[in-house]
Amino acid sequence: MTPRPWTRTVLGVAAVITLLMSVFPVYWMVTTALKPTPDIQSETPQLWPSTLTLDHFATAFAADGFWTFWRNSLLVTIGAVLIALVVAALAAFAVARLRWTGRRAFVLVVFAAQMAPWEALLIPMYVVMRDAGALDHLATLLVVYVVITLPFTVLTLRGFLEAIPVELEEAARVDGCSHLTAFRRIVFPLLAPGLLSTSLFGFITAWNEFAFANTLLIKHQDQRTLPVWLSSFGNTFGTDWGATMAASTLFMLPVLLVFAVLQNRVTGGLTAGAVKG
Amino acid sequence: MTVPSEVAARTTPHTVKRGASSPRDRHRTRTNAPRGRTSFWPYLLVAPTVLLIGAVLGYPVVRNVVMSFQEFGLRELVQGAPAFVGLANYRELFADHVFWEVVVRTLAFTAVNVVLIMVLSTLVALMLARLGRVLRVAVMTGLVVVWAMPVIAATTVWQWLFQSRFGVVNWVLVQLGLDQFQDYSWLANGSATFALIVVLVVWQSVPFAALTLYAGLTTVPAELFEAARIDGAAGWALFRRITFPVLRSLFGLIASLEVIWVFKCFVQIWAISEGGPNDATTTLPVYAYQVAQTLNRYDLAGAVSVITVVVLTILLLVYFRQSLRQETNR
Repeated sequence: MTPRPWTRTVLGVAAVITLLMSVFPVYWMVTTALKPTPDIQSETPQLWPSTLTLDHFATAFAADGFWTFWRNSLLVTIGAVLIALVVAALAAFAVARLRWTGRRAFVLVVFAAQMAPWEALLIPMYVVMRDAGALDHLATLLVVYVVITLPFTVLTLRGFLEAIPVELEEAARVDGCSHLTAFRRIVFPLLAPGLLSTSLFGFITAWNEFAFANTLLIKHQDQRTLPVWLSSFGNTFGTDWGATMAASTLFMLPVLLVFAVLQNRVTGGLTAGAVKG
Repeated sequence: MTVPSEVAARTTPHTVKRGASSPRDRHRTRTNAPRGRTSFWPYLLVAPTVLLIGAVLGYPVVRNVVMSFQEFGLRELVQGAPAFVGLANYRELFADHVFWEVVVRTLAFTAVNVVLIMVLSTLVALMLARLGRVLRVAVMTGLVVVWAMPVIAATTVWQWLFQSRFGVVNWVLVQLGLDQFQDYSWLANGSATFALIVVLVVWQSVPFAALTLYAGLTTVPAELFEAARIDGAAGWALFRRITFPVLRSLFGLIASLEVIWVFKCFVQIWAISEGGPNDATTTLPVYAYQVAQTLNRYDLAGAVSVITVVVLTILLLVYFRQSLRQETNR
């Protein structure tokens, strides 16, 4: 059934409005970052930038501690992702491939942990970490991020593992490999797409995390991560909206990149794995 | 927003079922792995996960409950040795009208957001299903870009969009003839700040809900619609009689997820208004944070957190019931 002409027009208009409403804030962030300050501070906003400049990005780069915050964020994020990946892979293997008493209970615990209302645990976490003398250490934040991403990583990797035929592993075991060697040599390469998608998910979660970073690292300014720094943009840039938007754009870039990779690489890797299996 | 983590939970029941009933697996265990040899390996492999979850999630949860039954202020934080006071903290909370205002505000915030999210994402999903290829891909790409926007980047952009002097929102409103928005200061007015945060949360939540609903719509057999159309149903009747009943469980699932996410929403509110002005945007998670950080009443914050966790757990149980029902219907 082909829609009548006026229906098509209404649909087209609705689609354009939806598109505008969704991407306009992103568009406005990027174009503000690229406009010279007089064009930003004008009574009539320039919907289409007439002059482009990279000055605001230069201001953001030159901001006090900019590179330290990038380093902190990258360290915490990548560290958490790698640790969660290793820890989760071990647990996922035990759940997907071995039979043991308590297996079901363990899966339930991980399941419950995945649903944990982290937003309600900010204050007890602060008290616990204070007692442990762990406040104001990047490593503390890293450990918290490991645990936030761990349940999802365990459950997803376990799903991927169960999709890999056991026969492959059995063949390796017949050839004299131990459980762990078989895992490393046979399963690990087939698991790569799963590892990639879970680590990208972990990356986005840790990269964006604000509440715990804002609660557990408070004394030393140079311990802050990008989200905390960006949230207090008023202290850094005052009313320099160009620089604030430039910093926001830079902060969003890695996440956009991750989304792009997820779109292409993972789906490709998944089908390749399925054909081989 | 940690969308994928909770979405994955929905798909896990399959894997549980598959793992438990795979005859190949059982066979392998019997023949290849004598009980004696596998007995300690699994426990060694899951030990790091158990320890980490226990120490960083389990312990704070327990500590929170204990703290809510103690007198725990700045003195106890520094010197330790808090005294147990029974239900005193809960009694203090329930007698405080501010707490009840926060509860009502949290419920209102959740209701307004979830209704807007569900209505808008349903409309977007229905629209996507009727669009031509080019426009559909364009709109979906736009939605994914919104989804990819980090929360904190969105909060800075929102403050710029709604900036009083040079903000584009005020400019548009003035162009539309609403002159009172000339240099209007959104963050100075309670209900304006509330509205601004609602718009932000809805904007961030619609992509996930709309794309999931659209994916569900594509699974509805076209014959159902054809048959209904022949019977003369169109527009709203078509949606009410065919689309909604067929996708009922998916609607329920998304609605309960959104309720949970909005209810525990903290970052957007804290980064934009810290619960202000005059507590106009203080919801339960923000309230717990304020009580602890500004009044040093960790005991009261603990009680508020326990209440929040209990409410969220009840909501989660509703969500699980939905997802279980969906499983059995299949």
